[in-house]
Amino acid sequence: MPTDTDEHWSAAAHRHLKTAGVRQVGYVPDAGLSQLIERCREDNAIEAVMCATEEEAVGLAAGAWLGGQKAAVLMQSSGVGNTINAIASLTSSAKFPLFVIVTMRGQWGEGNPWQVPMGQAVAPTLQAVGVKTYAAETAEDVGAKIEAGLRMAFSSEQAIAVLVGQRVIGSKVWVVDAAAAEETGQ
Amino acid sequence: MSSPTLHRRAVLKTAFAKRGDALAVSGLGSATWDLASLGDRADNFYLWGAMGNAAMIGLGLAIAQPERRVVVVTGDGEMLMGLTAMTTIGARRPANLAICVLDNERYTETGRQPTATGMGTDLAAVAAACGFPKTALIRGEAEIGTLGALLFEAAGPIMAVVKVVDEDLPMAVPPRDGGYLKTRFRIGLLGETAATLP
Repeated sequence: MPTDTDEHWSAAAHRHLKTAGVRQVGYVPDAGLSQLIERCREDNAIEAVMCATEEEAVGLAAGAWLGGQKAAVLMQSSGVGNTINAIASLTSSAKFPLFVIVTMRGQWGEGNPWQVPMGQAVAPTLQAVGVKTYAAETAEDVGAKIEAGLRMAFSSEQAIAVLVGQRVIGSKVWVVDAAAAEETGQ
Repeated sequence: MSSPTLHRRAVLKTAFAKRGDALAVSGLGSATWDLASLGDRADNFYLWGAMGNAAMIGLGLAIAQPERRVVVVTGDGEMLMGLTAMTTIGARRPANLAICVLDNERYTETGRQPTATGMGTDLAAVAAACGFPKTALIRGEAEIGTLGALLFEAAGPIMAVVKVVDEDLPMAVPPRDGGYLKTRFRIGLLGETAATLP
């Protein structure tokens, strides 16, 4: 976890998106992505498009590429399931570049059992439809993998997903009530 | 409600007389055959898959090319599958994007099964409720003259739904290699150097 003196991984991620020339970012919000989404929304050189479901962002990215712009897609792991047909049927079929940042749930210290099955299925399902996945388990690794992934996506026209580990983001701690919270010091 | 009398390809041909240099994206199935029936062009991006995503591809393209008109032609089944895109487009409101739904109230390619647009869903009303500034539900010959101006000139985003006859038409088959269609589109729009050396 980053300390006060560390740079949050989203600062490096935003910097790499800009260096790579990304002009559109399609996203569905996630707590783990909130800082990166905010940085993109505040950046006048990036059009941040809020999507209602993750597959929309896959279409947006393909349209951006047709129009000569690079796009990135941001989503939580549970959204990956929503994108599979769009990626198989559009991105992989027409060989569009795709760059996705997935913030993981159900992977490290998860407290919500409903998040676990999709979290565990993220890498194999993405790989099954032609996406290369880079798992990042430290903040430094996130930046390096985003930088490398962007280059591979747009210079080699590949579909790349960087999976930002729950260990980097921090697991959500589930608190039953206020009294319990006091006892456990949460 | 009376049965539709408009024919999808005739309607599209009349409206597309105003196309100029507009970029076009077609939804899979009938809409792709309809767009191809007007003549194959590099600035057509035909979908052969990706059901539900035509409108969002149009949005990404419209944002990337704000000076160009972008028109998405699709069917009712394809638009229903991607209905959430209307909320996204309604929130972003690109002035250069228009969507034309050729609505025969059928999943034509899979055996003409009925869609929800014949049972109560009004796609133009949905778009209006999502914040599209201009929508139209076209049923009659008299309104066809207005469709070209709506799709190619009016400030968008536009949703124009045309109720059309459920008819069996020959497939007009455009190229089906997605990589070729994508690169051809980019070369036409961006020039060969920019399109191939990103």
